[in-house]
Amino acid sequence: MPDQLLFGTEVFLNGLMAGVLYALVALGFVLIYKASGIFNYAQGVMALFAALTLVGIMDGQVPFSHLINAVLGTDIHHFGWNVPAVLAIILTMGVMVVLAWAVQQFIFRHLVNQEPIILFMATIGLAYFMEGFGDIMWGSDIKKLDVGLPQGGSFWIEENTQWLGFGNENFYGFFLDQLDIVATVIAAILVIVLVLFSQYTKQGRAMRAVADDHQAALSVGISLNFIWVMVWSVAGFVALVAGIMWGAKSGVQFSLSLIALKALPVLMLGGFTSIPGAIVGGLIIGVGEKMFEFIVGPMVGGATENWFAYVLALIFLVFRPQGLFGDKIIERV
Amino acid sequence: MFYREAGDFKTSYVDDNQTFPIKFDRYRYYFVLLFAFLVVPFVINDYWVNAVFMPFLIYSIAAIGLNILVGYCGQVSLGTGGFMAVGAYACYKLMTAFPEVNIFFHVLLAGGVTAVVGVLFGLPSLRIKGFYLAVATLAAQFFLVWLFNKVPWFYNYSASGQISSPERTVFGYAVTGPHTSAWATYLFCLVFVVLCAVIARNLTRGTVGRKWMAIRDMDIAAEIIGVDPLRSKLSAFAVSSFFIGISGALFFSVYLGAVEVGEAFGINKSFLVLFMIIIGGLGSIFGSFAGAAFLVLLPVLLKNVLVSGLGWPTDLAAHLEFMIVGGLIITFLIAEPHGLAQLWRVAKEKLRLWPFPH
Repeated sequence: MPDQLLFGTEVFLNGLMAGVLYALVALGFVLIYKASGIFNYAQGVMALFAALTLVGIMDGQVPFSHLINAVLGTDIHHFGWNVPAVLAIILTMGVMVVLAWAVQQFIFRHLVNQEPIILFMATIGLAYFMEGFGDIMWGSDIKKLDVGLPQGGSFWIEENTQWLGFGNENFYGFFLDQLDIVATVIAAILVIVLVLFSQYTKQGRAMRAVADDHQAALSVGISLNFIWVMVWSVAGFVALVAGIMWGAKSGVQFSLSLIALKALPVLMLGGFTSIPGAIVGGLIIGVGEKMFEFIVGPMVGGATENWFAYVLALIFLVFRPQGLFGDKIIERV
Repeated sequence: MFYREAGDFKTSYVDDNQTFPIKFDRYRYYFVLLFAFLVVPFVINDYWVNAVFMPFLIYSIAAIGLNILVGYCGQVSLGTGGFMAVGAYACYKLMTAFPEVNIFFHVLLAGGVTAVVGVLFGLPSLRIKGFYLAVATLAAQFFLVWLFNKVPWFYNYSASGQISSPERTVFGYAVTGPHTSAWATYLFCLVFVVLCAVIARNLTRGTVGRKWMAIRDMDIAAEIIGVDPLRSKLSAFAVSSFFIGISGALFFSVYLGAVEVGEAFGINKSFLVLFMIIIGGLGSIFGSFAGAAFLVLLPVLLKNVLVSGLGWPTDLAAHLEFMIVGGLIITFLIAEPHGLAQLWRVAKEKLRLWPFPH
């Protein structure tokens, strides 16, 4: 096979993997949007916050040590213990639940019945707040997140795909990051668990009922407050998973919060209300931007990944405003 | 006591239609103008101009522009940074291509170029609404910044990829470049601010403004009563981008002098200007000024209190600023969705009845 085609295939596969990671972030958006009509811009920052908390707990960092040191003139950094990854993940989940409760209690309870765009701007405010809060709590230096996920290229795949080159000595098999493969598997499991949860458990059904019709759900005795806290907790959980994946990939740092910006076009493409849409949209964007960078990128100077997804989504929206799988938008006066 | 219309008789339609119908309000406005033009230039120094006045004036223009789009026409845009970049680069190209023309016209033309680009990116607003549109405007933000980074023609093939403004003068006084004096740059920006504010104020209280507001309140209903959504939405995008382009041009040429596009006009700038109009008040020209002043002064204040006063490290103060800004946005959205402008309105109403409120 010719080089170009082989490299193209490799780019395609890596695009799929990247798409899965985008879809993972987009999932969190869809969950909250479906249940409460809030478009949560802070999802990316939640992933950052979750990853920061996880690293902080694992390393036994003292929260707010920077602030305490500045105010009291002390010099404390660490408790001096290390927490095993599993326990740390459970503790972080606890923190995310508390956060979900706080968000519901202090912000969105007061914004019920507001226009969606007001809610959107409130989540931008929330994103800023949490960014500062996370940095003050855990410090803003780049941290390494190691929960024992495999890293680096997969030799097994490289060896087993080498025959595809048919004697082409430039080809050593496809290069796929093990972490990406793990992420794909975890994302698949996550989606299955979420679907099972929303189909077969009492809380899951209540969640779907709220998503369908707030008032009807209220009238059959479903507590909106509880459901919303639960939805934010689930979104916090998805954020934690995304935070672990991205954190393990590129370190826990400020740029982690920018994955929200990657997920937005995914949502526009897939539709805000559809879980399959988030996944298909993620894959299309992931493959599309990698292929575009591979084919057109060299002609226009590269680094097209920043905007390609947005322009694609924009053009797409002009023809189908509700996205691929979204509910049809009906407007009445 | 104050703000009382008693005894202030209007005898013509012109009187009735003026911007500030209450005498006290009108004199306050004249007083502020006189103070800004005749007193401030004589007392300011470089620190005050660079830390407070210039960012305040320039962000005010941007905030007025965005307020027209978001506050009056209801089309949320997150592409402000990108449009400011268009203004800056248009101004740079014009300044270097036509050195003999006065910079005043360059800045105006840069606004015009930005208006055209704004209309182009505003076209999707005819199909998509709400936060779909907000996200779509991010496309403008990322695409424009990338464009100015990658196409060397825009930065005249300079080795650093930066653009830096050559020295230009107005009436013989340098307003750009290294040899400027504080009062000259201040006055130059002030003229633009006053022009923009007067234009914006009069547009928004006229036919165009009422059309924008009809679209904002409910676009389908507006269409039924005969407001053309195409023309109103696109005119809002054009006017808004015009102002934002002017502010971008001033930001680059007069304030910073040299600009690297990703750093100066990134997505954070878009959010900053959006926060200004949320805190200041959506749908209010005064609110744009109030919000710009607030968000320009807040970091300066925090820096002076925390870093210089209490001796905290700078990064801690920066993080705290993030928290405070985010918290304020949420607080304002919950408690006072119309922002500082509404507080001002309420205060005026109270003052009007004071000291006998019954």
